[in-house]
Amino acid sequence: MSEKKIRVLIAKPGLDGHDRGAKIIARALRDAGMEVIYTGLRQTPEMIASAAAQEDVDVIGLSILSGAHNTLAPQLIELLKQKGMGDVTVLLGGTIPEADIPTLKKAGIAEIFLPGTSTQDIVAFVRNRAAQKAH
Amino acid sequence: MTDSTKSGAPVDSGARKPSEHERNWERTQLRPALEKSPERSSEFTTISGHPIARLYTGADLADWDAKRDLGVPGEPPYTRGIHPSMYRARFWTMRQFAGFGTAADTNQRFRYLLSQGQNGISVAFDLPTLMGYDSDHSLAEGEVGKCGVAISSLADMEALFDQIPLGGVSTSMTINSPAAIIWAMYLAVAEKQGVDWTILGGTLQNDILKEYIAQKEYIYPPNPSMRLVIDTFEFGARHTPKFNTISISGYHIREAGSTAIQELAFTLRDAIEYVEWGIRRGLDVDDFAPRLSFFFNAHNDFFEEIAKYRAARRIWHKTMTERFGAKSPRSSALRFHAQTAGCSLTAQQPYNNVVRTALQALAAVMGGTQSLHTNSLDEAWALPTEFAATLALRTQQIIAHETGIANIADPFGGSYFVEALTNEVERGAWDYIHKIDALGGMVPAIERSYPQREIADASYRYQLAVDRKQKIIVGVNQYVSDEKPIEVLQIDESVRASQIERLRKLRAERFGDNVNRHLTALRKAAEGTENLMPQIYDAVKAYATLGEICGALRNVFGTYEETAVT
Repeated sequence: MSEKKIRVLIAKPGLDGHDRGAKIIARALRDAGMEVIYTGLRQTPEMIASAAAQEDVDVIGLSILSGAHNTLAPQLIELLKQKGMGDVTVLLGGTIPEADIPTLKKAGIAEIFLPGTSTQDIVAFVRNRAAQKAH
Repeated sequence: MTDSTKSGAPVDSGARKPSEHERNWERTQLRPALEKSPERSSEFTTISGHPIARLYTGADLADWDAKRDLGVPGEPPYTRGIHPSMYRARFWTMRQFAGFGTAADTNQRFRYLLSQGQNGISVAFDLPTLMGYDSDHSLAEGEVGKCGVAISSLADMEALFDQIPLGGVSTSMTINSPAAIIWAMYLAVAEKQGVDWTILGGTLQNDILKEYIAQKEYIYPPNPSMRLVIDTFEFGARHTPKFNTISISGYHIREAGSTAIQELAFTLRDAIEYVEWGIRRGLDVDDFAPRLSFFFNAHNDFFEEIAKYRAARRIWHKTMTERFGAKSPRSSALRFHAQTAGCSLTAQQPYNNVVRTALQALAAVMGGTQSLHTNSLDEAWALPTEFAATLALRTQQIIAHETGIANIADPFGGSYFVEALTNEVERGAWDYIHKIDALGGMVPAIERSYPQREIADASYRYQLAVDRKQKIIVGVNQYVSDEKPIEVLQIDESVRASQIERLRKLRAERFGDNVNRHLTALRKAAEGTENLMPQIYDAVKAYATLGEICGALRNVFGTYEETAVT
């Protein structure tokens, strides 16, 4: 049975240049057999939403270490809804204070991965999510 | 060597000739011991993956010459430190990096830290400032005052240093692409305070090469960016003899996931690039090399870090004297700042970070650092609270006053292990330096993504080792426990609103025609080849904003987009 590859967009929104985490996740998901597109640095939410539409991705992984997550992540979710892409799973990783997590989840972020998360946990999460959606 | 004793030996141990005594020990002591209790692992490595042998003896230092390779403190090749008495004369500068919110917010934190015994200021700027955008630019939304202080004009800089006499402190500024402009603002504040530039002490990070390699806060392409750096060297050599015009930084390279050897090699090869450009500009090497300073990471692997600092000094001395023919001893003595490793801090069990930071700081001090920043326990979550920042400063004060380490220079000098490791780290770094020479220098190497790829590979290797528990991080992949969230510093969006208002007022009150005239003159100068510092200084003093000045230069120089390596 040939399974459709899970398509993931790893994106760096905002002005933040810290790309170590984004690159590691991109590589780990690729090594796990997924199709991964990395946007490169300094993408606006608009650019990310367009790239997600163009690449027809199942998952968007945002990496933010600058403290701008409360502004940028909800903006992206809103844009995806406007584009009729509300079913795309949006994940967030980076330096995210715990107090912000409930609001971000309420805004529509499926999961927030904090520093120290194993890449295998993220791979497993993405796979489970894709399996759930397939049903 | 038998198979059972081979494990854990360094890669090139083939050339090693152990003494009769050591061979005897292997046979009569080691082998039975290993049979009874095998070692914890078949391979022992540093956090960078560098192999560590079981035992180091004189056999590991066969080619090593104490007079040539070690020397004494304060004398070439400076392996043991750059001052004869090191911290017996004066402790390292305790310099905590700080910045958040508005200039007024950060000014208060600076004055607090100075009142607590800190003796140098270190400014963290927010991302819009680092990227050359004013706080009211659309791309600044959500970022103003978040990971540093927002500085959009000379008016903000005046507020930042309000009631801090610049003649009495040394100020380090972590700014790169817009370094020339921020420095011009600092010089203008000094002038307003009536402080002679010749006594101004401090450091501008101004290291654009590591931005392309690791930190990624670049604006312009490499060539015009390098021109701006050399403009500051030239201006500094003429006007600010005590100001370090650059801090050539391995810190960010390491944070991006490099090994210790890569950190050392890429930093020193960056330094070589700057010196070559300075000489090409027509500067005498001894006129600007004494103002080159360095900035290294202080990571977890204690001995590897100490070896790295020692090797750095030796390589730099050799490079400056042999490659560049520097005559002044000040050109070849490597001075550095160290910061404990931000990337080693864990969000889990954050109080463990106090211990990590203390041990890393210890390595930096034993490695002979000139100044030090210790990270705060909460930085895997947010910018530090005042409590956390104070504890980090106290950590340094405890090391200085209570441990006794500051009584002695280079305490590990002559240790078989540390000398052998220093040699190995040095060799590894030279290999990289020669490779980059062969690529035509650091600018071409960056354009081919060579250092970027090496770092990405090392970073992924390390992550896999952590995922597989080959490397243990306490509280993360072992000894995990439930915990309560800690209190963190939150910066709200009111900072942006107040900055927008300040900028509106500034733009209304300044003499607009004057600003435009200076920006036009700067643009024209940028099209030519002259030193841009005087034009930048005039524009800054006319209250042209950071965004306007960077914008003028963007018009002429263009912007840089990297080819992302994943």
